[in-house]
Amino acid sequence: MQTKIVAFIERLQQVTTFDGIQRLIEQLRDLYQVEHLIYHSVNSAGEPYAALTYSLDWVDHYLEQDYGRIDPVVLGCYQRFHPVDWKRLDWSSKRVRNFLLEASDAGIGNQGFSIPIRGPNGQFALFTVNHRCSDEEWLRFTDAHVRDLLLIAHYVNQKALEVERGTDRLPDQSLSPRELDALTMLGMGKSRGHAAEILSISEHTLRVYIESARFKLGAANTTHAVALAMARGKIIV
Amino acid sequence: MIRYLYADQLDETPKLRDSMFRDRAWQFRQRLNWQVNVDARGFERDQYDDENPLYVIHQLADGSHGGSMRFLPTTGPTMVNDHFLDLTNGVAFKSPLIWECTRFCQSPRSDAAARVSARLMLAAAELGRQFSLDHAVGVFDARMVRVYRAMGWAPELLGQQGEGADAIGVGLWEFSRAPFHRLNARAGVRDGTAGRWLRQAFQSAGQVELIA
Repeated sequence: MQTKIVAFIERLQQVTTFDGIQRLIEQLRDLYQVEHLIYHSVNSAGEPYAALTYSLDWVDHYLEQDYGRIDPVVLGCYQRFHPVDWKRLDWSSKRVRNFLLEASDAGIGNQGFSIPIRGPNGQFALFTVNHRCSDEEWLRFTDAHVRDLLLIAHYVNQKALEVERGTDRLPDQSLSPRELDALTMLGMGKSRGHAAEILSISEHTLRVYIESARFKLGAANTTHAVALAMARGKIIV
Repeated sequence: MIRYLYADQLDETPKLRDSMFRDRAWQFRQRLNWQVNVDARGFERDQYDDENPLYVIHQLADGSHGGSMRFLPTTGPTMVNDHFLDLTNGVAFKSPLIWECTRFCQSPRSDAAARVSARLMLAAAELGRQFSLDHAVGVFDARMVRVYRAMGWAPELLGQQGEGADAIGVGLWEFSRAPFHRLNARAGVRDGTAGRWLRQAFQSAGQVELIA
């Protein structure tokens, strides 16, 4: 799975258009073997954008009915930053139950996991995995994938912002000298313990440096982060 | 009890909200002499309170604030990245798996300070566990390290500025190392209590079985 996620993230980084993001969302749905995957975003000017696998009929109907105003997922995630399992939301009102029935008829699964993302200047996005399965299966799925999904959600958002403004990369993702040192040590094949010793920091601090560097580089894991840093000429080993 | 509240939910509990911001003024301005702003209402608030942070709050029996801390994801603006890079070797922490924790505060009205501290630590540990976080990076009163250590979950101190009462520390907590047993004992609660606090906060009262 990790290899596939690395490959997915590499493809994501090459994307330059909204069509490209849409195709990747479809690929990611297939990769996770779930019913649906949805990324939608509202920028600071209030303009919506979405890449999703729901049927267009359902999307049209949803917009026409202005369901965003009662959708518990939207209401429960807006202005939040913790991941939300749909089971924790309030689906009890009559209108919401009707909405849910219609959604179910339109092929939307009974399980959902949504990750709210706060972007720059009030931008807000929601990344959702939707599936049809039992509670036990769903718990196993989310437990196994939550960490990767958190990262991927943020990378997709970052890419959507880049495509929107037509720039290569977002600013403010620069790596500090200490993060580069940490990546260089690992790139040279040193163990974490040895790298930490050379840098006169604890192994714990080293891990946090590497986690932070991984996210800034848009990498799937440590090995990937080292490879990306080398490929972009940020470190030389 | 422990409440988890986003800033935009604080208005539902005005007494809790007001006493928290006043206790923060007492702690950070009066007791610790930090350079913080206190407004006309006597509230200590900063720009990060406007970022809709998540507060973990110990609520006293009378409904007022007994202690609290404030969380923000490091993917957005954070105090440590904006103001304390000189204490982190210049590293701006950024990851959805790392949250910032600031303004660890205790009320002078609380008569069980050690227990309140332990409950807040326990509530933070549960937050990390439920939301799959790796680390918290904190800005804190440097003398609190002793208290954190006594509870078995000390941060790794990255740097410190100032001396004595106004010394400010920046450190890292690793969620996977949270000693739940010990925190439960110090907090005077049973195993599973922190999970219940969190479910009460994040699980809607009207939740129903989704249609299969």
